[in-house]
Amino acid sequence: MFAADTPLLEVRNLNTDFLQQVSLAIHRQHCLGLHGDSGSGKTLLLRALADLDVNEGEVLLEGVPRENFSGPAWRQRVALLPAESHWWEDSVGLHASSWPMPVLTALGFSEEVLQWQTGRLSSGEKQRLALARMLANRPRVLLLDEPTANLDRGNTETVEKIVLEYLDSQQAAALWVSHDPAQLERVAHRRAQMRQGRFQMETN
Amino acid sequence: MDLVLLSPWDLGVAAALVCLLAGLSWMLRLGIGRQLLIAAARSTVQLMILGMILKTLFAQTSLGLIAAMTAVMLAVAGYEVMARQQRRFRGSWGYALGTSSMFLSSFTITLMALTVIIQVKPWYQPQYLIPLLGMLLGNTMSGIAIALDNLTRNTWEQRHSIEARLMLGHEWQQAIAGIRRDALRSGLIPIINAMTTAGIVSLPGMMTGQILGGSPPLEAAKYQLLILFLIAAGSGLGSLTAIWAGSRRLFDERQRLRLDRLSAHKK
Repeated sequence: MFAADTPLLEVRNLNTDFLQQVSLAIHRQHCLGLHGDSGSGKTLLLRALADLDVNEGEVLLEGVPRENFSGPAWRQRVALLPAESHWWEDSVGLHASSWPMPVLTALGFSEEVLQWQTGRLSSGEKQRLALARMLANRPRVLLLDEPTANLDRGNTETVEKIVLEYLDSQQAAALWVSHDPAQLERVAHRRAQMRQGRFQMETN
Repeated sequence: MDLVLLSPWDLGVAAALVCLLAGLSWMLRLGIGRQLLIAAARSTVQLMILGMILKTLFAQTSLGLIAAMTAVMLAVAGYEVMARQQRRFRGSWGYALGTSSMFLSSFTITLMALTVIIQVKPWYQPQYLIPLLGMLLGNTMSGIAIALDNLTRNTWEQRHSIEARLMLGHEWQQAIAGIRRDALRSGLIPIINAMTTAGIVSLPGMMTGQILGGSPPLEAAKYQLLILFLIAAGSGLGSLTAIWAGSRRLFDERQRLRLDRLSAHKK
């Protein structure tokens, strides 16, 4: 087994045509909060970590280099929740093979939601359902790009609670992008900032 | 019935009609008169030259000359496929993808038709090879061009959905399956339509030609059927090859969607 202090996700010298020398580590049950101006590269960092954009550098999941996984296998484990979710089938249910019912219930949906038409979902419903859709894969690392941007206060708190409980129960980790300092205060164990493609940890 | 030979005067009358149309276009300010005249002049020059080349080719039956001729036909068809793409693949892929798919389908099917079905001797007898290959190339060209254009355009338009599926850990084949199917279908629609209406709405070009040339109508119909079937097989095979290779090219070894491999939108 790995030493207890092996980070769940470790990144060494990640470079893309925009990101410069990003290094970071997130441990189990930890949430790293990330903020920064628009255009500073937050979304690009999440995309690179999910291996959706061409990038160079070492990325390890529980000490295992990502090259040991296929692209899809990596993305099942290191899952990206984009700011805007997209739905390709007509009904919600077809977007995952097995939906986590407790999560749907906690998000305020009944089982009927799986029959709903995707074309009629509100932006808030889409965002909450996209979270449930992602958790259906039981990912080890959650890359969350402003997961509560379209939600009212009540739903925002619910989503925060669900994510933190998931990290605890699954021994998972999260990288949470938010523009709201108060939110990062609530959910993040540590914070970091992006500035023009550079990543900077902040001291507690 | 003997073939009625056309005199320059006969063609002149037909050409005058085109000039009349160009004049009308100028009067109505359609702005297409110039293009029309250029196209008419081009077809005159091209077909006359082709006639002369075929005359020497038929007289000699030299494999080298025939090979050169087919290479030119393929090269032009390949360029035409590329030119019809709104978003083409960057680099040599843009040209090679359509050209190699056409080569694979048209050439193998022509070869099969000549050796197994028509059984001409030698198999490269140009009276059969050149018209057969020409018709196959022309039709597979349209099929492949439509299919590829469909593939790249829809991938671009549905890029967010494709990436959403990749983010959830889907394989690239799953993520693009629907687009691939639609593209293939669209490549086959022209020949399906042609077969459906053949003989009712339209009298196919080759059959018309054979009848004008004095062949018995039933023999002409049989040849036309042969050609339609070969074209269907050729378009299908060619579109399949192009779509398979093209969709593979849209993803890299980490199964990322690589739209940067497509050029910018061409107007």
